[in-house]
Amino acid sequence: MAQELAYLKESASQTAGPYVHIGLAPGAAGFDIYQQEFGHDITGPNAKGERIRVEGRVIDGMGAPIKDVLIELWQANADGHYAHPEGGGPVEDGFRGWGRVISDFKTGEWGFETVKPGKTRGRNVGTQAPHLNLWIVARGINIGLNTRMYFGDETAANAADPVLNLIEWEHRHATLIAERSEEDGMPIYHFDIRLQGDNETVFFDV
Amino acid sequence: MTQPGEFYQRNRGVHPPAFTPDYKTSVARSPRYSLISLQNSVSEITGPRFGHNDIDESDNDLLTNYAKAGESPIGERIILHGRVLDENAKPVPNTLVEIWQANAGGRYRHKKDTYLAPIDPNFGGCGRTLTDENGYFFFRTVKPGAYPWRNMVNNWRPAHIHVSVFGSGFVQRLITQCYFEGDPLIPICPIVRTIPDAAAIEQLTAKLDLNATIPLDSIAYNFDIVLRGRRSTLFENRLEGN
Repeated sequence: MAQELAYLKESASQTAGPYVHIGLAPGAAGFDIYQQEFGHDITGPNAKGERIRVEGRVIDGMGAPIKDVLIELWQANADGHYAHPEGGGPVEDGFRGWGRVISDFKTGEWGFETVKPGKTRGRNVGTQAPHLNLWIVARGINIGLNTRMYFGDETAANAADPVLNLIEWEHRHATLIAERSEEDGMPIYHFDIRLQGDNETVFFDV
Repeated sequence: MTQPGEFYQRNRGVHPPAFTPDYKTSVARSPRYSLISLQNSVSEITGPRFGHNDIDESDNDLLTNYAKAGESPIGERIILHGRVLDENAKPVPNTLVEIWQANAGGRYRHKKDTYLAPIDPNFGGCGRTLTDENGYFFFRTVKPGAYPWRNMVNNWRPAHIHVSVFGSGFVQRLITQCYFEGDPLIPICPIVRTIPDAAAIEQLTAKLDLNATIPLDSIAYNFDIVLRGRRSTLFENRLEGN
């Protein structure tokens, strides 16, 4: 008989349901309970780099914006370091690099302000283009969806990015790239995430 | 320079697939193309960290964290406790666990929940805590009620508590639900049934734990959570990892 290895199995995922706000954004659910709601302050006051705003919608297979979605982001600072012992280097005091946003109950729009991340270390060699790591949960999403947002004004870095280059279907690269515009001097990156359809966003098995 | 340890590939066989038509909302919210497989980079092996400054001591006590002074929520008082482990059976210390749930009548304190059951003035329905150095966590709360939902006309959710866990890397991020041993609604729930593996459903079912009950006060359920495993940091004299 083959030797049995004593590994456990990961707990199965379940949908976050329609009321994910109660647990993860109770203020939005209509009641204040915690001293502070998590995920609003992504960078802290000391972060270097360009201040930006990211906004968009998550769109379902019928073309409708999802109004009960929750998105978490995980990003490096302007030097390309994550706030973690293995993150590649030091980050500014107060820089967490993690955020949590929900969509508007009426319009499905979401947005957050942060700093533009720098290039990060590649898996073995080279560098990854600046990007945000995103994780999407909502009613009807059985297991959280991982994707990345890249920056439309980083053409050269994006062209050399090992993850984008892994995607064989070049026309799908565009689903991961946010277009830059400006509003009152603030750079805005617009990023819609499509769960299905012609321009279905690339999601990753990470 | 040493390479940081990477996470084991996720065993999708124990997780629900994205497209599960009996759970109707998944139909328009499930990607149709294959996920693109990535090897772990620094973006995946790192993740946010939380500390005791982030939470209040009472955040894990749903019996008191929303109740008026001297009052309590209605319902069966329970302790939900367990450990967060990884697939190597190693405890995951100092990680954030967040929960949310309906009240004993089966209604959520949410502006979108219009179920007939009353709102409990003394129950918020959410809590959070950090695991200790052994991966241990506990909450005090009331057992949530079952409630009807709009899927098939006559679907009822089993009593459940939603659980969100971080781990040490962003790819360990997990949201799941905790069910309760003996509930006849578990095997017929379309959301439970999105999970293809019977043992995986069993793993999400908290067990009555009479030894951890507090006599004449609260009944206890044990619920362990398993996150993805990870190879150790790769040392040149120990290339095999763990």
